[in-house]
Amino acid sequence: MNDNDPIVLAMQVKEIVQALELKVYSGEEGLDREVSGAYVSDLLSDVMGHADTGQLWITLQTHKNVMAIASLKDLAAVILVAGHKPAENTVEQSNEEGIPILGTLLSNFEISGRLYELIKNR
Amino acid sequence: MHFEYNIEGGDFTRAGYASSQVKKLLKKQGVEMSVIKRTVVAAYEAEVNVVAHAYGGVMYVDLDDRQMRIVLQDTGPGIEDIQQAMEEGYSTASDAVREMGFGAGMGLSNMKKNAHELNIESEVGKGTRVEIIMQIA
Repeated sequence: MNDNDPIVLAMQVKEIVQALELKVYSGEEGLDREVSGAYVSDLLSDVMGHADTGQLWITLQTHKNVMAIASLKDLAAVILVAGHKPAENTVEQSNEEGIPILGTLLSNFEISGRLYELIKNR
Repeated sequence: MHFEYNIEGGDFTRAGYASSQVKKLLKKQGVEMSVIKRTVVAAYEAEVNVVAHAYGGVMYVDLDDRQMRIVLQDTGPGIEDIQQAMEEGYSTASDAVREMGFGAGMGLSNMKKNAHELNIESEVGKGTRVEIIMQIA
């Protein structure tokens, strides 16, 4: 992107999935959601207090409460790190809410770095 | 308008349900998004506290044109020292609850930061009553 470009293009979840080769576990309906940034934390009250609408949530927590928070906070999607897989009822709620659960084998540090590189100039 | 939601102590699979109903209600009323966000944070933390610490409780929600009043009344162990419980980082949550990422000692401070008014009364051995008041217009 040109530095002088005045148009700020939001990225969609699916573009990030493609660029970072993420696995899509569930919530495919929400792959068009627009991403405003990301928040990295495994503490649920930290996410509740500090994440904002449209952000990706990078975490290793896999239980259903993750989706309750993602939904209450209107997050764009959840990225599970280091090969962690969502619990069955987490997948169910992700599908109901249309908020995707994505996965990577990378650590939270590595995926955050790559994501930051990807979206910092958008 | 008046609504009531039962909250089961220890049942984390349902934690957040009452708060999601509160969010829907405020959206339907066309309340400003910034106020909805703050209400949701305070309501969720209060709801999770009942699930994590009490045997059970009820969330009572009263809504008029000007304000939303959310009261959570639980039966449970109560809070010995409310001032200490309000300190960020202080928690009495079990290891199992902490492993899920709850119990970081941020719940009550999240409630205080986001509620327009927060009142907590507790009796050890009986239970706790949390009142959250939000100005919605």
